[in-house]
Amino acid sequence: MTEFSRRGLLKTGVAAGVLGLTGLPLRAQTRGGKLTAGLGGANTSDSWDGRTHSDIFMIAAAHGTVFDCLTEVAADGSLVGELAESWEASADAKTWTFNLRQGVTFHDGKPFGADDVIASLQMHVGEDSKSAAKPIVEAITEMKKMGDHQVQFTLASGNADFPYLMSDYHILMFPAGNIENAIANGIGTGLYSVVAFDPGVRFVGKRVPDHYKGDGAGFFDEVEFIAINDNTARMNALMTGQVDTINRIDFKTEALLKANPNLRIQEVTGNQHYSFPMLTDTSPYNDVNVRRALKYGVNRQEMVDKILLGHGAVGNDTPIGPANQYYHSEMEQLEFDADKAKFYLNEAGLDSIDIELSASNAAFEGAVDAAQLYQASAAGAGININVVQEPADGYWSNVWLKKSFCACYWSGRATEDWMFATAYEAGVPWNDSQWDSNDSARFQELLLSARAELDSDKRREQYHEMQQILRDDGGVLIPMFANYVQAVNNRIVSPDTVGNLWQMDNARMAERWSVA
Amino acid sequence: MANVLSIIVQRLLLGLLTLLVVSIVIFLAVNALPGDFAEAILGQGATPESIATIRRDLGLDQPMVVRYFDWLSKMLRGDLGVSFAQLNFRTNLGGAGDVGVAEQIAPRLANTMFLAATTAIIAVPIAVTLGVLAALYRNTIFDRAANVATLSSISSPEFFMAYLMTLFLAFIFPIFPSLSNISADLTFFERLEKTMLPAITLTLVVTAHMMRMTRAAIINLLASPYIEMARLKGMSPMRVIVKHALPNALAPIINVIALNLAYLITGVVVVEVVFVYPGIGNLFVDAVKNRDIPIVQACCLIFAAAYILLNLTADILSILSNPRLRHPK
Repeated sequence: MTEFSRRGLLKTGVAAGVLGLTGLPLRAQTRGGKLTAGLGGANTSDSWDGRTHSDIFMIAAAHGTVFDCLTEVAADGSLVGELAESWEASADAKTWTFNLRQGVTFHDGKPFGADDVIASLQMHVGEDSKSAAKPIVEAITEMKKMGDHQVQFTLASGNADFPYLMSDYHILMFPAGNIENAIANGIGTGLYSVVAFDPGVRFVGKRVPDHYKGDGAGFFDEVEFIAINDNTARMNALMTGQVDTINRIDFKTEALLKANPNLRIQEVTGNQHYSFPMLTDTSPYNDVNVRRALKYGVNRQEMVDKILLGHGAVGNDTPIGPANQYYHSEMEQLEFDADKAKFYLNEAGLDSIDIELSASNAAFEGAVDAAQLYQASAAGAGININVVQEPADGYWSNVWLKKSFCACYWSGRATEDWMFATAYEAGVPWNDSQWDSNDSARFQELLLSARAELDSDKRREQYHEMQQILRDDGGVLIPMFANYVQAVNNRIVSPDTVGNLWQMDNARMAERWSVA
Repeated sequence: MANVLSIIVQRLLLGLLTLLVVSIVIFLAVNALPGDFAEAILGQGATPESIATIRRDLGLDQPMVVRYFDWLSKMLRGDLGVSFAQLNFRTNLGGAGDVGVAEQIAPRLANTMFLAATTAIIAVPIAVTLGVLAALYRNTIFDRAANVATLSSISSPEFFMAYLMTLFLAFIFPIFPSLSNISADLTFFERLEKTMLPAITLTLVVTAHMMRMTRAAIINLLASPYIEMARLKGMSPMRVIVKHALPNALAPIINVIALNLAYLITGVVVVEVVFVYPGIGNLFVDAVKNRDIPIVQACCLIFAAAYILLNLTADILSILSNPRLRHPK
């Protein structure tokens, strides 16, 4: 991954808007042809309603193809404008003014403007809202239309990352007053309009002529996404040339793909991580020394080697990964150390400890094996883990957030604050370690101050300190970051920098790739 | 003929009763699974409030008995209802969208029927011909080879046969596509081409049963006096079998064919998954995964009805093929 300084782009996004327009093509990409992608992660209950999206098929089809957001995270991790041209914050980062792109139309011809932004955001709030983006939009106390192409948002408290939040794949822009129809038929402002959509089966889109993104994006005449949830079927389809690209390579058969000269593997380390959260308000995990002992009892490299078969990186018990801006890469890496683990157990007044670890492959592929590896390594340090294999059905409702120590995964978030606000801020529903001021008042304090901090250097300092706190005292064991691995055949070219925020070049292969 | 009609009516009524029992069993079974639609659809994103909202919107907070009879009363009026996914989607939208279970299942069922028909057209003649030939040349190398081949193909798991077919017919000799992503805008022949690999795989799976039954039924008859008579008349062995033995062996053969046809409609989930064939099996698996009871119920009723109707057809055909049953004393 290329390091990219986003300093200066934070407070005002004017430069970013220009970046978005030029698109910075790394090699000449030609228009025309068709992209056929075989994607896992599709379901018969899929729809164009962004509020319900959670897996790659619909994220790629809606966020990456048919619809647009206000902002977009580019492949290099920088934030650029999508439907917003530029944005500006007040000094306290509480008031944000977005200038919208002019001359943009929806696929049905209706022009895009400020009303659409307000209506699209309002979809996510309301008492009965089941939107995953509800917390993001709820933080907006007022939305004001300043003109046909300008909207001002007032937030409950300052948030320097607000423009990043507007790139969330749930927050798609729908035409105001016609939202139901737009959801039923897939009417957005994206590069491709819907030709056919059969939920859980396929999506076909064709390039919109005269799109506002111009010649720098959306190179195919037509794109087709085929839902292939079965790993082997997906690989067969790629090997026999029926699809040009597939997501989620099965690591066990990766060697076969590599042996095929017509294919290439794309692999990026992003923020996706596999974790073992413990409830820090429950004995024995309320004792920081027990948590520390557990951190030294896990052999992280062994997990990366055996569970991810090398397709990942060791974690350091923070959810902030290489795709984040303020990733603290200089922290000392936690490693298996039986002596240190025993030392901390003694500090907690214990010689050995018996604990239960709940796991199911619903948490992540290989979670039960990972728990057993942990059991084996921890045994040498006086930590006796009893692995409880839980049913995959209802895992997220009955085990996660309920059992005091279990397996979990996170796809990560584009910004530090987003990740922390989702799972580490005191009192939020997905705080899977019950991490609050009792555990670290300093962390919660830094969380709030960093959120409103517009100075990039100060933020870096604060986020580094927070990562250090989580590494040392945190309640979530994060032994590994799992790579996004996908394969593409040589008929298709993709830019050198591949997005690492989400699978398939941040789900934007229809926008960024082209026929060779 | 009046006899046959009364059998049909009686069997249809019994069939309806069977369907009712099936619907109760399935309803109980799906409800006994851990988790419900709200938990399944929200996954990791579930909060107690959102689960409660979905349950309230879909009526999942009602007692099981109430929900069952609600479903049943609509069902009796011919309304299969709306899937939970669509209903949830509707409440999100505030009322729009009206894709009922029937509309969702119809295209999938049509695809499944297409695959079943294609397979049947290939498999039934092959199986019956092989059976007749095996009976004719019983205990020869041909008989042994046909038996070994069909028995090994039925003994291997379906997915393994499917992968073998992909390997040979899509990869080494790229004759057919490995993806059966058929859609409405294909011409008949494109559709047929894409359906070939799953159809061939299923043929291999169902042939053995039908062929062995044909062979056994015919050989069973070969010891009968009237066959001996025919042979003594100097008829050729082929003629003896086709003209004299086969018509009398039809009843068991038809039964086995019906059973296998029903299997082709209800039991092809694995093959659908491997070849990404958009049939009813994929929809069914998705629905079970999501605890989407209206779709599960509808699919199960279709599966049960397929068995009941095909069995009934088989019984009627065996009566019609047997003069003794056609004209009872």
